[in-house]
Amino acid sequence: MSVDAATVRRIAQLARIAVTDAEVPHLQGELNAMLDFVEQLSEVNVEGVEPMTSVTPMAMKKRQDVVTDGEIADDIVKNAPATENNFFLVPKVVE
Amino acid sequence: MTDLTSLTLAEARKGLDSKTFTSLELTDAHLKAIEEARALNAFVLETPDQARTMAREADAKITKGEGGPLAGIPLGIKDLFATKDVRTTACSKILGNFVPPYESTVTSQLWRDGAVMLGKLNNDEFAMGSSNETSCFGPVGNPWRREGSNTTLVPGGSSGGSASAVAALLCMGATATDTGGSIRQPAAFTATVGIKPTYGRCSRWGIVAFASSLDQAGPIARTTRDAAILLRSMAGHDPKDTTSVDIPVPDYEAAIGRSVKGMKIGIPREYRLDGMPAEIEKLWSEGAEWLKAAGAELVEVSLPHTKYALPAYYIVAPAEASSNLARYDGVRYGLRVPGKSIGELYENTRAEGFGAEVRRRVMIGTYVLSAGYYDAYYIRAQRVRTLIKKDFEDCFAKGVHAILTPATPSAAFGIGEKGGADPVEMYLNDIFTVTVNMAGLPGIAVPAGKDAQGLPLGLQLIGRPFDEETLFSLGEVIEQAAGRFTPVRWW
Repeated sequence: MSVDAATVRRIAQLARIAVTDAEVPHLQGELNAMLDFVEQLSEVNVEGVEPMTSVTPMAMKKRQDVVTDGEIADDIVKNAPATENNFFLVPKVVE
Repeated sequence: MTDLTSLTLAEARKGLDSKTFTSLELTDAHLKAIEEARALNAFVLETPDQARTMAREADAKITKGEGGPLAGIPLGIKDLFATKDVRTTACSKILGNFVPPYESTVTSQLWRDGAVMLGKLNNDEFAMGSSNETSCFGPVGNPWRREGSNTTLVPGGSSGGSASAVAALLCMGATATDTGGSIRQPAAFTATVGIKPTYGRCSRWGIVAFASSLDQAGPIARTTRDAAILLRSMAGHDPKDTTSVDIPVPDYEAAIGRSVKGMKIGIPREYRLDGMPAEIEKLWSEGAEWLKAAGAELVEVSLPHTKYALPAYYIVAPAEASSNLARYDGVRYGLRVPGKSIGELYENTRAEGFGAEVRRRVMIGTYVLSAGYYDAYYIRAQRVRTLIKKDFEDCFAKGVHAILTPATPSAAFGIGEKGGADPVEMYLNDIFTVTVNMAGLPGIAVPAGKDAQGLPLGLQLIGRPFDEETLFSLGEVIEQAAGRFTPVRWW
């Protein structure tokens, strides 16, 4: 399988990464080189093989349903590029 | 007094205990070495004030007889570990001047045991790379050069700063992380010892995530013993990481010097690649002979799905990365590049903040997880991963204690030499190490010799799950036989 220019733009949009028209051919080449490389997996017989979900067999641990953290709003917004009264600021989303 | 930076961690511990020198003296010697080695670009942030404060505290505790297992030992920390109130960037522009208000579990355990932080170490951006060339702070120099050459070589990656700093005697040991070979490959390129423990051995909490089912923290150190000392402090159960395993951490140092007599060592035939350099082949058989001389038994084993590990990795790892890196959106922390809408803000921020390699992997990951391709790529790769793990299980079920392989297909190469035209060329560096991450197993890289140009080469030992001890015992046998290798200072 290989990707065309339109697919590269669609992937970039899904990944929320702006790409310029000039970058598309280069990215297309790189993505296709990677897809060519992984193509060899199609020769492996995976009939009846379970996909791996956990590399170390373990039961998912459950914790007590209690509050263990909180009252640290200042810490949480400390690194934000734009805030107001402990809210994150973004461009207007709803008109 | 001999140069304090040339001691091993174990020797320094002895000197501190016997009050031959103080942690402040030891720390100052390393801070001076760091200052003089800025040409290597191993550190992205030096924290001398904090280091001296921590050293003084360690000295006070040692005097009172209350020093922990790492009391007063100066270490470097890969910039992937969140350090409270100290800038942590994963060497990506997108994290900007991120200053965590919390400490990673692994580093908090090092400080609990008395270690001293010298600063933050360079790495490939988000640990994506095998040469440390993708860092937003620029490449790291390998303290090793080819004989008679001034060409600066890469230290490997992604833990290139860690490996370079340990090899150049800038810190007594360093934290590192390994997703596909990022501890073992740079260790091999710099004649240092690096161990990636079993998945679940070290907590991933507070470590910037790359591929969560593959990432593991481990140390890079000057000797096998030093690595064992560091891993004991780094490992252990953490309720904050649900994949961290709740089993006791052994005294790894006790495994150093333990007999390997009667151990069965597997030599996997699939690792004998076509066109493998003769010197790698030679190193490998020499290593096998050393283990045999120590009483181990060599057996040929087969790991039939080996060649599929790297392609499967290049589906699984980018898929997980694309999901993990979705959080970098220019809203909650790090870089923000404005846009007319919130969508544009995301797209502009991520275009500007991610480097070329990260962008490429996020895009491939997005593609293999997208509707219509998920089964063909992602699910198939996870099925192949089951087969890769089963290869190892079958091998261990036959009584094999550990598997011996080369650590890398070549010695260190020059900056800019690889991966320019085709990213896959760079990815092939991890061909011997990536299987271990796919199967969640422990793997250690130990220096074993030099190539014809005088560059270090390493061997890898792969162990059974949670049997890091056997790797330390076997690794030390190789270290004793091969000797230690120190670069000639040029920086």
